[in-house]
Formats: sequence, C-alpha cells, structure tokens
Amino acid sequence: MNIEFDFYAVLSEWPLLLRGVAWTVGLTAIGTVLGMIVGTFCAWARAGGPVWLRAIVGTYVELIRNTPFIVQLFFIFFGLPAAGVKLSPEVASVIAMVLNLGAYSTEIIRAGIEATPKGQIEAAVSLALSKAQVFLRVVLPPALKKVWPAMVSQIVIVMLGSAVCGQISTEELSYAANLIQSRNFRAFEAFIVATLIYLALSVALRRLLDWAGPKFFFGR
Amino acid sequence: MAAVLDQAKPESTTFAAPIVRITALRKSYGTNEVLKGIDLDVKRGEVIAIIGKSGSGKSTLLRCINGLEVFQEGSLTVDSKPLLHESAMAMRELRQRVGMIFQSFNLFPHLTVGKNVMLAPTLVKKRGSMEAASQARKLLDRVGLAEKFDAMPDQLSGGQQQRVAIARALAMEPAVLLCDEITSALDPELVGEVLRVVESLADEGMTLLMVTHEMSFARKVSDRVIFMHQGRVHEMGPPAELFGNPQTAELKQFLSSLHD
Amino acid sequence: MSDFSLWDILRNLLMALRWTVVLSLIAFIGGGLVGGLLLFLRLRGGRIAGKAVGLYVQLFQGTPLLMQLFLAYFGIALFGVDVSAWTAASVALTLYTSAFLTEIWRGCVASIPKGQWEASGSLALSFGEQMRHVILPQAVKIAIAPTVGFLVQVIKGTALASVIGFVELTKAGSMISNATFQPFVVFSCVALLYFVLCFPVSLYAKNLERKTHGRRA
Repeated sequence: MNIEFDFYAVLSEWPLLLRGVAWTVGLTAIGTVLGMIVGTFCAWARAGGPVWLRAIVGTYVELIRNTPFIVQLFFIFFGLPAAGVKLSPEVASVIAMVLNLGAYSTEIIRAGIEATPKGQIEAAVSLALSKAQVFLRVVLPPALKKVWPAMVSQIVIVMLGSAVCGQISTEELSYAANLIQSRNFRAFEAFIVATLIYLALSVALRRLLDWAGPKFFFGR
Repeated sequence: MAAVLDQAKPESTTFAAPIVRITALRKSYGTNEVLKGIDLDVKRGEVIAIIGKSGSGKSTLLRCINGLEVFQEGSLTVDSKPLLHESAMAMRELRQRVGMIFQSFNLFPHLTVGKNVMLAPTLVKKRGSMEAASQARKLLDRVGLAEKFDAMPDQLSGGQQQRVAIARALAMEPAVLLCDEITSALDPELVGEVLRVVESLADEGMTLLMVTHEMSFARKVSDRVIFMHQGRVHEMGPPAELFGNPQTAELKQFLSSLHD
Repeated sequence: MSDFSLWDILRNLLMALRWTVVLSLIAFIGGGLVGGLLLFLRLRGGRIAGKAVGLYVQLFQGTPLLMQLFLAYFGIALFGVDVSAWTAASVALTLYTSAFLTEIWRGCVASIPKGQWEASGSLALSFGEQMRHVILPQAVKIAIAPTVGFLVQVIKGTALASVIGFVELTKAGSMISNATFQPFVVFSCVALLYFVLCFPVSLYAKNLERKTHGRRA
C-alpha cells in the first residue's frame, strides 16, 4: 500500500490560502476588539450594576458558555432570518464571535475586577474621580493585567473557533482548505497545510497579544 | 577550639569515628558558588549549631547532608558510607539514617497526624500497621501530643505541627537529625514548646545539626557552634568561646547586629 | 406552511441527543485514560518524553478542533481503512480530550508545594511511594473540579462532529431545520437542549471548585 502525498497541489493554491488567512485574521481582530468591549461592559454590570441588568447579563453569559459556538453561529445565520433578520455570512460570523468572546471575557474580566483591593477604589473616590473614571482608570487596568493570560488564551480559542465560520461560507482559512480539496481531491494535504497555518497563527497571535496587552491596556 | 577526630587508631570502635564527615565540599548554583570548601567532622551524639547571615550557605550545607542539594566537589560521608547522588538505593539508605525537620513543617495535609508519623516506617521499613501505630503513639506522647493522633494537620497550631514533624522524623530512628530553622516560622509564644523537645533529644544523645537564629538556645544546648560567612566556615568552637570571645570582625558584627 | 409541531421537532432532536451523550462519554473516558497515560509518561520518562508530550499538548491546543476532525476523517481513510463518522469523531475527540486533560492534571501535580516532595523524600520514600501516598492524593483532590469543568467543553465539542456527517444533536438540527423550514424554532431547541445538558455540569464544577478552594485558607 503506497500512500502518495501531493502537497504541491495544495501549496500552489496559495492565493486562496492567503485570502483565507486574511479573513481569519480580520474576523479575529474585529471580534476581539468588539468582544472585549462587550465583555468589559458586562463585567462591570455583573460586578456592580443594578439587579435587573445583572440578571440579563448573567443569562446571556450562561447561555453562550453552555452552548456550542457552531450552534450559536447557525442560530444567527439560519435562525434569525426566519424571525426577519437576514445577515450575510461575514456579518453573522462577526456577531457570533463578538457575542462568544463577550460572554467568556465577561467572566474573565469580572474575576479581575473583583480582585481589586478596596483601598484603591476608596483612594480614587477620595480624589474626586467620577465613577466612570474610577472604573476605567483605576480598576480596569490592573484587573486586565492580572487576567491577561486567561484573556489571551480565550482570544486564541476564539480565533481557532473561527474555523467553523467556513461552514456558512465565510471565506476564511478552513473554507479555503475545503475549496482546495474539493477541486484537487487532496483532502489530507489541504487540511494539514491549513492546520499548520492555524498553529502558526495561534503562536503569532499569542506573542502579539503578550506584547499588545502591556502596551495598550495596562502599561509596564 | 575545634575538635577534629583523630583517625590514627586502626581498630577503634566505629563509635569513635565521625558520624558525618565533610571534606572540601563545594557547591555552586550556576556560576554562583555558595559553598566554598567546607571541612567538618561531626561526632556521634554531638549537637552543632550553625549560625550566620542569610546567604552564608547554612541551609545549603544542611541540605547537602541529606541529598536535597547536590554538590559539585568534595566528599560527604555519613556513618562511613559516602553520599552517592546517582544511586537511588544509596540515597534511600542515607535518608533512613539522616532525618530532616523543615522551617515550614511540610506535614502531609491529607493524612491524620498519626498517619503522618506512620507513613514512612510502614512503607520503607516495612513495619506492620499495628506496630507502626503503637510506635507513632509513643513518639507523639514523647513530643506531648498523644491526644492528637487522629487530628488533621490543619487543626493544629504551628508549634504543634512542628512537634508532629519531629515525631515523624524520629519514627525512622535516624542517627542524625538536621533542623533547618525549625522555629523561624513560628509565633514567638510557640517557639518554646518546640525547643524543649529538641533539648530533650540532645539530652538523650541524638546527633543534631541545627541551623538556627535562636542564639540563647544554641548557647545552652550545643556542644559546638559554627559561624558561616560567605560560603565558608568562618569560626568554630564551643558556645561559650564563640559567643563570649568572638575572634573575627565578621562574627563580632553579626553578634552585635542581633541585639538591634 | 409546514405541519410539524414543536413536539415532533423535539422528539427527533432528543433521539439525536443520545448520540451526543454517547460520543461525549467515549471522548471523556477515552481521553481520560490516554491523558493519564501521558501524564505518567511525562513524570517518569525523562526530558525527551516530557518534551514529546508537551508538543502533543501544544498541537491539540493550538489548532482548531474542526481541523482535527477533518484530519482524523481523511487521515484514517488514507490507510485504506473504511472510516465512518463515528470512528473519526471518536478518535479525534478522544485525542483532543487527552491533550487538555493531561495538561490540566500536570498543572495540578505541579501545584503541590515542593516541601511535600522534600519532606517525603527526606523520609526515604521512593519516587513511586512519594507519588502514590503523598503527591497524587493531594493532586487528585485539586483536579476534580477542572476535570468536571472540561466535560462541558467535550459536550460542546461533539457538535463539530456534525461537520463530518456524524448525526448528533447539531446535525439533526440542521436536517430537521431543512425539512421543516423552521430554523429559528429548531436551532432554539438545539441550543436549549445543549444548555440543559451542560449547565448542570457547569454548576457542579463551580460547586466543586468552591469546595476545593474554600476548605483550607
């Protein structure tokens, strides 16, 4: 039994792969930024907001964390049109990723916020900072610093999860691999190449975030 | 004056030979040399206190004796048997003869006090559980904790935990007991109960090497005091001389800093 | 437009739910066994074994589960073996679970204070005796909560098996949605069923976590 591999057939389609990578990176970037904003707001709400808001956020968080991402994606892309909301694959993918990361980062950031020493808040309030200023400038940065490793891991998970978006025809990397193998029947090679690219992306993403965190969010 | 044993007598009872013999011991962490050539002979039944500033190598020296630290040069012999790091069997043998008490007690939190004491004799010396249990009770009684046999470590105070640790080490019937700052982590009012146990061990003739900051205790109980400085034995002698008549400037400075 | 009642939909979904549960159990138990073996290798086997297992973990944690499923499906087929969706999904999910569990468990063993190793070593216990009587009993207690927590990830992971044709809850949802033209209702039910499966496990894991860390200060 002789297994022959033909990686050239896959690698020669590098424009398709590159396009897929671009989409994956783009989706991840937007998803991360918006997802963290959602997560920050929800973390603040869950840690110290009014009871009714806490209940809504709590429900949202638990629903997302206890259902598969692919089901969330299918619901948004296939389910919502029946209720009148029709979305393109790309928009549906972004929304799904934002909602997903938003829920997970809510819990992550909340853990960081709740670990803030009370004295910090008291000192800031005594200096006549407004509530928003206290939160954004005194509470949030150290909280983010503390939970940054968990946050980075979660962002990498969401990036890897974006592979599922190819199932609704978003033209990211896994879609590109699927397209290539449907043309030249080199399924194993196509998916190995895509997998290795994902591996490289996750390593690169981790490095990037480890650098970006201190630079943009919490300094030193 | 240091008492070094005379080796000229051929068939002198091994009783007279040093129980621990350290020769030209050197140890480094990477490029940092922490022990710069230690020579030391410990007689059977001797109580030695090792004092010095932090970083002088006191704990490292102690931990070399039971193999927790590996040294690069020199030799270390316990009960006439040289220390061989690569041989798991030899290390196991060594640790049956040398016991250690730690600053942070290190009791096993998932076992009762009694089981803590019984574990090693049962596994290593293959003692039956009835025998091990009665030995454990005797030892716990000896350290004043007979009624705590079924208690869990987290129900005990620091001083009590340390006394259990002593009983646990004694259960292996060691020839030498190493005490690494065993009262440094204790609240002041709990130090006395532990020191009393150690003193009784000394009175019974146990060979003890203690790294300690309790100077009055060291003065009272030890036969010899060693002052270490920057990885070397700087001064050595009977407590009355070392504390009463320090020879070097470093020891004088160390002793005076204690009174601040 | 269609005459499928809610009950019809739910009934069909519940039948598929069985397979979600079965696949989850296969992956969790199989993954646990493989993960345990890998942990043993890593602790006992010296530097090379340690690095190899580390690489294995990095591979599974750094690549999408979807790709792992595809590779299992097409990879096993390469050897001429007739591969069903069942086989591919079971193999992929088992290996995936094993990587994550072995890493969780390694972390638990590593979190046991060094003093426990030193004290038991000073009492002349061998490595095996140290592991069996001192280290593992403590590590297992710490490991229960995160291990139960990972079961939730496994259950969610089975949803991806739908992509290689395995008929579990998500695949059934897609098929029923196409047949009934009621994707909103169908996928809401699908999500709800996953929630009913996962939420109790999540709660239990959180409860265990609180117990493990609340007991001793």
